[in-house]
Amino acid sequence: MTNQGNNKDIRIGFYICHCGTNIASTVDVQKVVEFASKLPKVVVSRDYKYMCSDPGQELIQKDIKELGLNRIVVAACSPFLHEKTFRNASSQAGLNQFYFQMVNTREQNSWVHLDPYASTEKAIDLVRAAIYRVVYHKPLEQKRVPIHPDVLVVGGGIAGIHAALTLANAGKKVYLVEREPSIGGHMAMFDKTFPTLDCAACILTPKMTAVKNHPNITLWTYSEVIGVDGYVGNFKVKVRRKPRYINEDLCIGCLDCIEACVYKEGRFYDEFNLGLSKRKPVYIPFPQAVPLLVVIDPETCIQFKSGKCKQTCVEVCEPNAIDFTQKERIEEIEVGTIIIATGFQTFDPKKIPYYGYGTYPNVYTALEVERLINASGPTQGQIVLRDGTRPKSIAIIHCVGSRDKNTNQWCSRVCCLYSIKLAHLLKERTEAEIYNFYIDIRTPGKMMDEFFIRMKEEGIKFIRGRVADIYPDTSNGCCGKLVVKAEDTLVGEIIKVPVDMVVLSIGLEPRADAQEIRRMFNITCSTEGFYIERHPKLAPVNTFTDGIFLAGCCQGPKDIPDTVAQAGAAAAEALTLIDTGYIEIEPNTAFVLEDDCSGCKSCIPLCPYTAISFLEDKKKAFINEVLCKGCGTCVAACPSGSIVQNLFEDEEIFSEIVGVLNYTYHEEEV
Amino acid sequence: MMENKSNGNGQKEWQPKIVAFFCNWCTYTAADSAGVSRIKYAPNIRIIRVMCSGRVDPQFILDSFAKGADGVLIGGCHPGDCHYQEGNYKCLRRFRLLQRVINSFGIEPERLRLEWISASEADRVRVVVNEMVNQVKALGPLALPQKYEELKKEIEHHPVTSEIKEE
Ligand SMILES: Cc1cc2nc3c(=O)[nH]c(=O)nc-3n(C[C@H](O)[C@H](O)[C@H](O)COP(=O)(O)OP(=O)(O)OC[C@H]3O[C@@H](n4cnc5c(N)ncnc54)[C@H](O)[C@@H]3O)c2cc1C
Ligand code: FES
Repeated sequence: MTNQGNNKDIRIGFYICHCGTNIASTVDVQKVVEFASKLPKVVVSRDYKYMCSDPGQELIQKDIKELGLNRIVVAACSPFLHEKTFRNASSQAGLNQFYFQMVNTREQNSWVHLDPYASTEKAIDLVRAAIYRVVYHKPLEQKRVPIHPDVLVVGGGIAGIHAALTLANAGKKVYLVEREPSIGGHMAMFDKTFPTLDCAACILTPKMTAVKNHPNITLWTYSEVIGVDGYVGNFKVKVRRKPRYINEDLCIGCLDCIEACVYKEGRFYDEFNLGLSKRKPVYIPFPQAVPLLVVIDPETCIQFKSGKCKQTCVEVCEPNAIDFTQKERIEEIEVGTIIIATGFQTFDPKKIPYYGYGTYPNVYTALEVERLINASGPTQGQIVLRDGTRPKSIAIIHCVGSRDKNTNQWCSRVCCLYSIKLAHLLKERTEAEIYNFYIDIRTPGKMMDEFFIRMKEEGIKFIRGRVADIYPDTSNGCCGKLVVKAEDTLVGEIIKVPVDMVVLSIGLEPRADAQEIRRMFNITCSTEGFYIERHPKLAPVNTFTDGIFLAGCCQGPKDIPDTVAQAGAAAAEALTLIDTGYIEIEPNTAFVLEDDCSGCKSCIPLCPYTAISFLEDKKKAFINEVLCKGCGTCVAACPSGSIVQNLFEDEEIFSEIVGVLNYTYHEEEV
Repeated sequence: MMENKSNGNGQKEWQPKIVAFFCNWCTYTAADSAGVSRIKYAPNIRIIRVMCSGRVDPQFILDSFAKGADGVLIGGCHPGDCHYQEGNYKCLRRFRLLQRVINSFGIEPERLRLEWISASEADRVRVVVNEMVNQVKALGPLALPQKYEELKKEIEHHPVTSEIKEE
């Protein structure tokens, strides 16, 4: 704990920000300024309304030049927000940017405490800690990491498609990895999209084809990322490509094999149509699938199950594309940046038993209805119930699984609008009476409320009330109808509406494997599973991991316009990195003080990045700075204290401890 | 200084001081988002940021107690979630050992706490800090520096003059 000789010339400037009233209304800024001014080596202590503003930064720069300051401490918001700002300001005034320390006085103080006295005491302790700490700061060089220009996009929904095309059009090489046999995601399932009611296929299919044909895009469908190594600029990614049992280079997409299959009719659950139709073991998910390649499902194909199929598909395939021996392939690629666009899944309404989904055949999910309405869906766009009849009355239940403590708390944002869209489309095709049961109608966004008003004028009924029960109508020995029971909260009475069909407007939720995916990519997600952006306003597509960006519903529920906007933003962030060519990263790596190293090797197995090796000739440990990511685990473990972590040196942290505790040294300790 | 806080009826209520080491990626971020959500918790905590809970040297903890902390809280990512793969496991290992060590020094093990708080668990910061403050309040002051000084007085029979750190 002794002071180094050079400490004699240390000249600290201290600044505290009012942040308007965000800090100053809780923390007694004047008191902190006065306190700091009396600490050793502090040459100037000031406050300012907005330190991050230009005049605030200029204040620091002027002091650096005029008062010869060589250390700067700013008490303001979180370092996550403005550490960079102040480091830059210091460096522009000729100071090494790492001679700077920030005190989190807003997020971790004024915003979380009510008592001004205690808040001010806390600020004083942390300011003392920072001022003691900054004395030990070293001038460091920022590390530069080169950025590999290729990009990986994970997920081929509209988000992934748009991001991939944007990057490819800018001349970057893109790998687009999609789990399903075709790209398109949820949007490919819809017939029309709100609020414009334009045809989903008309706007999506050309983009899907463009992906397929783009010389800069490598499209791997029926594939999954199974491993990610490395870091920003240099990710090494492993992709598993599942066998389709079709030679992709030979298949011409004539679909003759499907026709020729020994099963004359579809017999098996059709995933894309959510089981509303049946498919054969050899199939394409939907007519506009991209790539237009058939898939053979080994679970249901007779050849795989018994080896005794007549193989009529093979006979008919002129290019000889069918290959029952195909194995899964693992591709290894190197990319510099990654865009995660894995989308969402819909809420499973079986979790709310009283809605009767799965029990009553005429209760459908909205997604199933999207398929029924779709011109290329299981009924070619005819709205018919499972028994083949046409519904004359339909209830649409909003907010299923959303805005409810027992299921998902959030509003899924698109359900009101897609319910209104479905109401319109169902009315148009069936002329049925349509009842919307809603809690609140939420239609924010451009043209959205206008859309709602228009639909209301078409005579669609809106009833405000959460549905309490759905049950078969048994009155008067009646008729196979379902009764929807709810309290009409505008009238204040219980109503029971008999209908032929019920549509559940299920909410959007994170994919079931969101936790696994986030671990693989080392990004964070909220407790419910949506991936977290670095800053909700200022870095909405960045993650906390440099070089990995988010697009679409994997970050939270949103509609197609917002998804596409976000995908464009993610592509732009990736482009910025690629075109800069490098990224500057924190120089918080560790190094070994050779003289002190006892050669005990205890640090070596601790490093998760195998950055530490043993120099046999010198009998010393050695840290490869390129591999070190700066966690500091080895530093904490070194018995001889001979490993130092830049920016988090022992002395720096010890002096923070002394500072926060206001510990005073005694003669013999100094 | 915190000891001077008035509890409203003119009496001074003792306020413990808790030093916290939070990892940059999970718990420090959670503490930031508690702020953004305006969640309120006890002001007795002093957060020191480290990149990973694996950086928390046992000496940081012992030193905190020795220099006057009434409690020490370590916050890291949940198992499996460490930004550096497994720094938090290394931390857990040291934590277990340290609890026994401080116990043998006569420091109640409850004064040292390790919590996994992910970036999204802002409210957990409130719960943990409040719990810990209450627990340490119940234990009373640890005041090792004062105890150390008294001990010395007894041995040397004369008072020691204290000085400011930097001189
Ligand atoms: C019933 C319903 C109706 C809707 N109607 C409209 C509308 O009319 N207008 C509108 O604007 N919005 C509408 N929406 C919202 C719209 O669906 C979304 O905004 C949009 O689909 C989001 O696109 P995405 O690419 O983020 O996600 P998705 O469409 O879910 O695409 C994600 C893709 O990633 C793939 N994937 C997932 N995990 C992995 C993995 N680990 N590896 C590789 N690939 C993976 C998936 O297979 C999928 O292809 C509706 C939503 C629902 C539920
Ligand atoms: S980064 Fe949080 S514990 Fe390692």
